[in-house]
Amino acid sequence: MGARRLAEMQVEVTVFATLRKYLPDLPVGGSKYIKVDPGATPADLIQILGLPADEVKIVIRNHVITELDEIVEDGDRIAFAPAIAGG
Amino acid sequence: MTRKIVRINMSNQKATYEDVPKKWAKWGGRGMTSAIVFEEIPPTCHPLGPNNKVVIAPGWVTGTPAAPSSGRTSFGGKSPLTGTIKESNAGGLSGQKIAKLGLAAIILEGTPAKDQWYYLVITKDGVEFKDASDLMGKGMYEIDEILWKDYPKTAVIGIGQAGEMKLSNAGISVNDPENKPGRYAGRGGLGAVLGARGIKAIVIDDAGGPGVDIANKELFEKGRKNLTEAIQEHALTKKDGGLNAYGTDVLMNIVNEAGGLPTRNFSAGQFEGAAKISGEAIAEVVEKRDGKGMTGHGCHPGCIIQCSNIYPDESGEALVSCLEYETAWALGANCGIDNLDIIARMTRECNDLGLDTIEAGNSIAIAMEGGLLEFGDAEGALKLFNEIRNKTPMGRILGQGVEATAKAFGVHRVPTVKGQSMPAYEPRAIKGIGVTYATSTMGADHTSGYTIAPEIAGVSGKLDPLTDEGKADLSLAFQASTAFIDSSGYCLFIAFPILDIQTGFEGMVDTVAGVMGIDLTGDDAIALGKEVLKMERLFNERAGFTKEDDRLPEFMRYEKLPPHDVVWSMTDEELDKVFAWVHED
Repeated sequence: MGARRLAEMQVEVTVFATLRKYLPDLPVGGSKYIKVDPGATPADLIQILGLPADEVKIVIRNHVITELDEIVEDGDRIAFAPAIAGG
Repeated sequence: MTRKIVRINMSNQKATYEDVPKKWAKWGGRGMTSAIVFEEIPPTCHPLGPNNKVVIAPGWVTGTPAAPSSGRTSFGGKSPLTGTIKESNAGGLSGQKIAKLGLAAIILEGTPAKDQWYYLVITKDGVEFKDASDLMGKGMYEIDEILWKDYPKTAVIGIGQAGEMKLSNAGISVNDPENKPGRYAGRGGLGAVLGARGIKAIVIDDAGGPGVDIANKELFEKGRKNLTEAIQEHALTKKDGGLNAYGTDVLMNIVNEAGGLPTRNFSAGQFEGAAKISGEAIAEVVEKRDGKGMTGHGCHPGCIIQCSNIYPDESGEALVSCLEYETAWALGANCGIDNLDIIARMTRECNDLGLDTIEAGNSIAIAMEGGLLEFGDAEGALKLFNEIRNKTPMGRILGQGVEATAKAFGVHRVPTVKGQSMPAYEPRAIKGIGVTYATSTMGADHTSGYTIAPEIAGVSGKLDPLTDEGKADLSLAFQASTAFIDSSGYCLFIAFPILDIQTGFEGMVDTVAGVMGIDLTGDDAIALGKEVLKMERLFNERAGFTKEDDRLPEFMRYEKLPPHDVVWSMTDEELDKVFAWVHED
């Protein structure tokens, strides 16, 4: 357990549009840092943050659109968005 | 009842009605405007000269009862901004009323005597030509108000001072349900072409009109139900979904996050002030000011998506509708401006003067790069609109759009294709949209082939925005289906639910087939879209355009765009594939 805690990582997370209601303390444009275990994926972050998985349509990791099962790394910025488009 | 075309000759102020000839009987919306432009306008004519025309057409299903979100009006002609064919469509009140008068198209041609200006009143009884002297020099807010005094609840189409001056960035305004301007056929300068016809405004009164015939009511009703359900079910278009809750500016934060938000005249892909001008920020302002502002506003009766908004001023009074993504970006991020209130004021200036917000913001950005003022100087940018209002030489330069402004200020980083400046997606970071910008018959235009759907939004599949592979085919598929949707009168935003929900797509096609009384499948839809593209492409070829015009600006090939540090890498051969079929099929 102790060894695992040492390996704990920190990632920056943010949410957009209709997902904002699940993290009401975040101001528009705001983000927060959370601690995760090595090997964590965006799908895990969605659980940790309490976002409804079926409402998350887009995951952006360090400005690159990514998949739910991609493993995140220490210091990553991960953004979650619902279905969006328009123009 | 047979659909009619009204041909309005401004040289002698006569209007004649004709049945829609067989060759155009299958068209509506963009298909109709492009077919008429293709056949009747000499491709090499001067866009402001006597041989250009403005063609106005409602879509196939526009004006039918309860076809959801189908109030678009197409405006066509030869563009003074690009020199190409142009179709620019708008929401607002006009489409449904034109259709309910039994009209499939209005053709405006000829030129009145010098300095003669008219406004037209089109009713079930015909066309009246009215002296517009009292309207001249006025902006669209005042024009809409004045005309509603005599013609309440009508559709008002019109041009602001920019159209009177025949500036290449003059758009055509359509009033919204609150009788405010802001639903613009903005792109491509068709407001100047209307000005060249001596027309300041057109009132459309559909009282007592025959309405729109539906050939197969059962099929129409079945399709309407399926389409409505798809729109109401899809996360993006349903009530309180992304578009309804935040408007199109819901895109600001996400495109910025993906590194594809053009910033400070296309010198970076991210703007540090993006959140402050995002849809989320607009929604917060509306809520905090607790006045006449709103999100979830509909631009025309019968829209069930309602992506528009009314932005309130500091005291809660309505300031402008609508603050869209493209607008907030062009007047904001691309000018380095993060002050939403000033962006809203600039938007109101555009709506009043009759300017396309994309080209207006991009022209200011070019002037900033050229040293007229600093990037981020919001107050300075706002004041520039007085130059246009006062008809100064500076105002006339800015009102000519990005390319003219770049020449005046000695700027070589010019983000245009075929004379029209790029909208709010960086093609170096989102390659498919770059193919659309390069090859579209309209000049740089995101709406003509919105590959953003799979490249960013995960709608209609998922593709890596940063790779070139497959993007030529993708762009063509989107361009063809868009030409079909633009002909239908449906808002382009129905594309998102119908791309993801098959019954919605079938429903949309069924409504078109139901109104027109034809057999139509999904495959036919793409074929019809390609037919429209082919007419447009051939018009451009005859106007002198070649494949060498289907290119992005040079600087995008050698200037790396942060944060991805990428250049435009698509080969010319790949771009040339997009329209190769025009001479093969």
